[in-house]
Amino acid sequence: MEYALALVVLAVVVGAVLSLPLRRRGEEELREETMLAELSAAKEAKYREIRDAELDHQMGKLSDADWRSVDRDLRSEAIEILRQLDRVEGHVPEGGMDR
Amino acid sequence: MAGVGSACLAIALLTALYAAAASVFGARAGRREWVTSGRRAIYCVATLCIVAFGLLEAAFLRSDFSYALVAEGSSTDTPTFYKVTALWATQDGSLLLWATLLSLFASTVLFLTRRSLRDIAPYATAVLGCVAAFFLLLMVGWENPFDTLATPPLEGAGLNPLLRHPAMMIHPPMLYTGYVGFSIPFAFAIGALVAGRTGADWIRATRRFALIAWTFLGTGIMLGALWSYTELGWGGYWAWDPVENASLMPWLVGTAFLHSIMVQEKRGMLKIWNVSLICATFTLALLGTFLVRSGILSSIHAFGASTIGVQFLIFIGLVIALSAGLIIARLPQLRSEAKLDSLLSREAFFLLNNLVLVGLCLVIMWGTFFPLISEAITGTQASVGPPWFNRLVTPLALVLVLLTGIGPVLAWRRFTPAALWRVLWPPVSAAALALVLLLAFTNAADSPASLAMFCLVAFVLVVVGMELARGTKARRTMTGESWPRSLARLTGRNRRRYGGYLAHAGIAVLFLGVAASSAFLEQRDVRLKPGDTFEVDGYRVTYREATAKLGGDSAGTGAPISFGAVLDVRKHGKHFVMRPSRNYYSSGDASLGTISRFFEGEATSEVDVRWGLKRDLWLAVRPDIGSLEKPIQEADRKFADSPGDVQALIVAALAERYRRDPPPAAFRAIASPLVMWIWIGGAIVVLGALVAAWPSPEARLRRVRSLYSARLGRELSRA
Repeated sequence: MEYALALVVLAVVVGAVLSLPLRRRGEEELREETMLAELSAAKEAKYREIRDAELDHQMGKLSDADWRSVDRDLRSEAIEILRQLDRVEGHVPEGGMDR
Repeated sequence: MAGVGSACLAIALLTALYAAAASVFGARAGRREWVTSGRRAIYCVATLCIVAFGLLEAAFLRSDFSYALVAEGSSTDTPTFYKVTALWATQDGSLLLWATLLSLFASTVLFLTRRSLRDIAPYATAVLGCVAAFFLLLMVGWENPFDTLATPPLEGAGLNPLLRHPAMMIHPPMLYTGYVGFSIPFAFAIGALVAGRTGADWIRATRRFALIAWTFLGTGIMLGALWSYTELGWGGYWAWDPVENASLMPWLVGTAFLHSIMVQEKRGMLKIWNVSLICATFTLALLGTFLVRSGILSSIHAFGASTIGVQFLIFIGLVIALSAGLIIARLPQLRSEAKLDSLLSREAFFLLNNLVLVGLCLVIMWGTFFPLISEAITGTQASVGPPWFNRLVTPLALVLVLLTGIGPVLAWRRFTPAALWRVLWPPVSAAALALVLLLAFTNAADSPASLAMFCLVAFVLVVVGMELARGTKARRTMTGESWPRSLARLTGRNRRRYGGYLAHAGIAVLFLGVAASSAFLEQRDVRLKPGDTFEVDGYRVTYREATAKLGGDSAGTGAPISFGAVLDVRKHGKHFVMRPSRNYYSSGDASLGTISRFFEGEATSEVDVRWGLKRDLWLAVRPDIGSLEKPIQEADRKFADSPGDVQALIVAALAERYRRDPPPAAFRAIASPLVMWIWIGGAIVVLGALVAAWPSPEARLRRVRSLYSARLGRELSRA
């Protein structure tokens, strides 16, 4: 009796936990697709900023020191976007995933 | 609560099977929600196993003998520590431990990879689910730890006295954690093969698990050796026993794997070799569990009865067949991305070290299974002894230690002989100096193999010292930091490399202890009465008096009777006292007399060891209780139906009689040089492995950042 009761209760609990992702089907994918689109747009925008800064430097609008500082900051931000993109796409982060 | 426990196992089995099926379906159909559900199923299996484990532990702690397992493996007078650990001293309990550890490891790795390795992880989940399902099936179908007894006994049989040793109680969880840990890289290797992603991603994701498994397995082996040395009463730490060998084989192949994956990570080579090695390691881990639990080979360590041997063999066969089939099917994708540039390179020496390690494993495997092979061919079971193993293993061990020293100094790709000599002359000089000093001042030449090992140990230690000094110096030159700060920063920022070197130094120190203690020990077996004296290796040992204790034995094992000896030991004007003893446990055999059953059960040696950095003095006693035989028989007749307190008085009187008028007792004394260095070396290896496995977020971030910077540069220049 105890065995049968435990079997039923555990089966119901486990069944509920396992079916949760199936019931939420689509929600997560939609969220990821949106995130991917946003991150891709952010990446392109950041690349554009980097190139613009480089052009400004070549045209003499930015001094060497200012350009180096701006370029460093922009590249850091671009790297962060690339990292987030990899995470959402499910790639192993470059350089391993030793966490 | 037995019903709840059984239900947990049954639901866990179904959930593990679901995990495998849902993950594969999700991966094949591109339905991520099924993969997520499959992953969560593994979390559920872990939870259910933990609940089952907790229920069983509670039953052991409250000595609930309605559980067959508790009645079989514990008793009310078993000390609490041993009640907790008695669970895995039984076959069913050890299967539950396997399944619990596996599901925990699997949950951890699947949680860490939930946002990465999307091609590989679902198949790895399926493999881990199948392995967990196998162990759960064994419990549900044949060895249910929650089986109950219709009429529970008033008292349990108690834990096997031989297992009442702290090292032996920690030893099985360590070994199992090692075995289980190797299932993680195995599962991801299979996942990578199925998904056709044969790069180094699966290695990067699971390398740390392999290292942790290797460390636990190594620690388990060391604890087993320590138990053998201090509990079994024969005086050695390694007997080439089948069960000892069964744990050593996956460790050796696992060591080869940990080295060769570096070649794949750096050069994209040895892909077939790496997947083959991890498949072999996991298979050997299963074989190790099978050997302990099946009892097919006689061993002092085999505590199981053969009820699940066939099932294990079928599963091992399936693992081998599926792994081999997958490797063959993926051969084109497993081709090396690079070729060996030179035989004088780090990758070439890693390959050589791999061949030696695998060679060692094959030799040990042949010796271990020789009894079965000989029985199959000749019909009679013949076995090979320690001399056979020592003759074949010693030369391979010497080569291995030599490679342990050469490997760290070599560069990847190629190295010139001139450069090699430049870095090798200091350690070679150190080895030569060690040779001269040993020949001049010791009798090391009596054992050429040990002499060679001592020189190689000097070689390895100097190499490791030089590598540390060179790295620290280079860092100091660049940063201007102090020596200690440079050393700390250097090792902290390159943990994998310097942790590995530390492990190499530990292995060298361990072999120093093995070479010295096995070749230069002095042993005496004597029979003494109080007042007698004997000598061993300059120690003058006098048997002062006999001891007899009821309850409260010195090792706290809960033994009811303990007979021992007090010995005065003198050497070079120093004096100390040693107290070896022998514990006697009651027999549960009802056909024995009321009093004689106190003396007719299991008996274990409680050796006394005087530990020392230079040498150990090891003493064991075997009291002759034959002189008590007549009074015991008389007491059996006179007090056949006496109550428990009267029986205790009679036993106390007999013990006092032994203490006052002891017959000559047999003693074994062993003076072993440098044994302590085996345990110190083992501890250094573990420390090195921990350093290498410890997460280094700073270093990883630096590496990741430089790789992303390169990618950014590439993408910007492309536009």
